[in-house]
Amino acid sequence: MDVRKPYEQTYYPPVPTKFTQKLRVNFLYQFFRFMVLNLKMLRMVRKH
Amino acid sequence: MAKLLILGGGIAGQTAALHARKQLSRNHEVIVVTPNSKWNWIPSNIWVGVGFMKQEDVVFPLAPVYKKTGIVYHQAKAISIHPEGNSESAVPYVTIEYTSPEKMGQLDIVQYDYLINATGPKLNFNATKGLGPEFNSHSVCTASHAESASSALHELIAQMKKGDKKDIVIGTGHGNCTCQGAAFEYIFNVEYLLRKNNVRDKANIVWLSNEAELGDFGIGGMHLQRGGYITHSRVFTESLYTERSINWIIGAHTNEVEKNTIHYETLNGEQKEHRFDFSMLIPPFSGVGMKAYNRIGADITSELFAPSGFMLVDADYSKKSYEQWSPEDWPKTYQSPKYNNIFAVGIAFAPPHPVSKPMFSTNGTPIFPTPPRTGMPSGVMAREVAFSVVDMIKGKSDKPTRTASMAKMGAACIASAGAGLFNGTAASMTMYPIIPDFKTYPDTGRSLTYTSGEIGLAGHWIKHFLHFAFIYKAKANPFWRVVPE
Ligand SMILES: Cc1cc2nc3c(=O)[nH]c(=O)nc-3n(C[C@H](O)[C@H](O)[C@H](O)COP(=O)(O)OP(=O)(O)OC[C@H]3O[C@@H](n4cnc5c(N)ncnc54)[C@H](O)[C@@H]3O)c2cc1C
Repeated sequence: MDVRKPYEQTYYPPVPTKFTQKLRVNFLYQFFRFMVLNLKMLRMVRKH
Repeated sequence: MAKLLILGGGIAGQTAALHARKQLSRNHEVIVVTPNSKWNWIPSNIWVGVGFMKQEDVVFPLAPVYKKTGIVYHQAKAISIHPEGNSESAVPYVTIEYTSPEKMGQLDIVQYDYLINATGPKLNFNATKGLGPEFNSHSVCTASHAESASSALHELIAQMKKGDKKDIVIGTGHGNCTCQGAAFEYIFNVEYLLRKNNVRDKANIVWLSNEAELGDFGIGGMHLQRGGYITHSRVFTESLYTERSINWIIGAHTNEVEKNTIHYETLNGEQKEHRFDFSMLIPPFSGVGMKAYNRIGADITSELFAPSGFMLVDADYSKKSYEQWSPEDWPKTYQSPKYNNIFAVGIAFAPPHPVSKPMFSTNGTPIFPTPPRTGMPSGVMAREVAFSVVDMIKGKSDKPTRTASMAKMGAACIASAGAGLFNGTAASMTMYPIIPDFKTYPDTGRSLTYTSGEIGLAGHWIKHFLHFAFIYKAKANPFWRVVPE
């Protein structure tokens, strides 16, 4: 991310912390999310 | 013996054809008319567009699949529908024009008892001057468009490696585009590719779109419950753009693309321009332009198709304001109101109205997304219509037996944000229902239990897995029905 400058559009949105960014590519945690996401999608498939 | 004719062998057409063939005995014929010799898993075109995959990875030849499954295949495009036959015979038929090298340009007719129109969209590049790969912008809507976008992008990267600075614009090429999700995936995959090539600092990447807000995606966005808040997708999307240093121009109708300049009008009526070295702009979609004629040869196209070229089905097409829209407006059986043996599924059916609120610039130019019909709902409606038709053929009912309203259907969507097995990411979203229902869910229009979204590597794994799973299914390999639509 470039430096965010006051009053520019990218100044306002929330941005992930380093920890959140690491978690997004952490193998173990993502393996767990992989399971959860698959279940969520299956639930969606079952809804029709 | 009945003849089921399916026009279009894309995501919806292939789903309908395989299910119908599986359900019907061999006394009945399932016929597919489609102009391509190859099936394309369109969602993976994004990865072809950045060179992560090759064109061959996302397509396969249709003829062997149809031969194996006993589906009659004409490599041709449908030109006109004759639902009452002609003066000599009352048997309905479709006029087709062959596109295979052996029969190129030859006309023929194919009779049917039941017709499923799954012809998808016409990529309407002509709607905007200078738009499209033949002119001044790239596209990823077909595998070959995506491959040429990838070559141009890699040339650009080579120049950036020499120190050149470049401007990249990705988004929509007209005020009425849909499919923002595809452009969203592409912009993040391009950004990821530039980082991988250590040239991210050499590029200014800008998102240009007809959405009134980021994260609209043609569905009015969605609310998610996360971190103790109920938050609109706009916030998450703005966050991702900020994180990846991508600026955005929204509420924009692209009215011309010159060699290195995009001209656009904004919702506040300003005419602006933006310079670029590389652009990928999704074209607006329309119907494929089939005609329809009655028994005496009079043109009845407007009775079968909306002015957009999409086919009229059992939706409520009466003119209503945004405030009057109801989930009930959306079609349930996808049956033509005029001919009960004709159906339209996937992108080919005419939606009753958009999902995002219609917006107009101060000059009166419409600038808002038209409704998306993504892969999952397209597949589900195709399957359900195939089952309805099968029941009608088997004499179980003279009416469609199945429904698949987008107002009662959920969708799962994985939007790639960079393709790497260990450091790729994707936004994984589920939503229910697709069409917001503010009566049942007053504040958000959708269920907060079933609507969710998150970004991470897991989404990329799923997206990659789905690439193989859907191609496996479309090839009708053993147990293909285990893979859901
Ligand atoms: C780049 C891109 C990425 C996408 N990514 C995703 C994603 O990640 N997830 C998702 O859910 N959706 C995604 N989509 C949307 C998805 O591709 C569509 O929802 C889906 O393809 C619609 O299926 P369809 O069968 O209606 O149309 P198509 O798949 O386009 O199929 C239409 C078929 O009809 C044929 N045809 C055209 N004209 C005629 C004619 N006159 N006669 C006979 N046949 C004809 C075409 O050749 C084609 O084979 C993406 C779309 C694009 C463009």
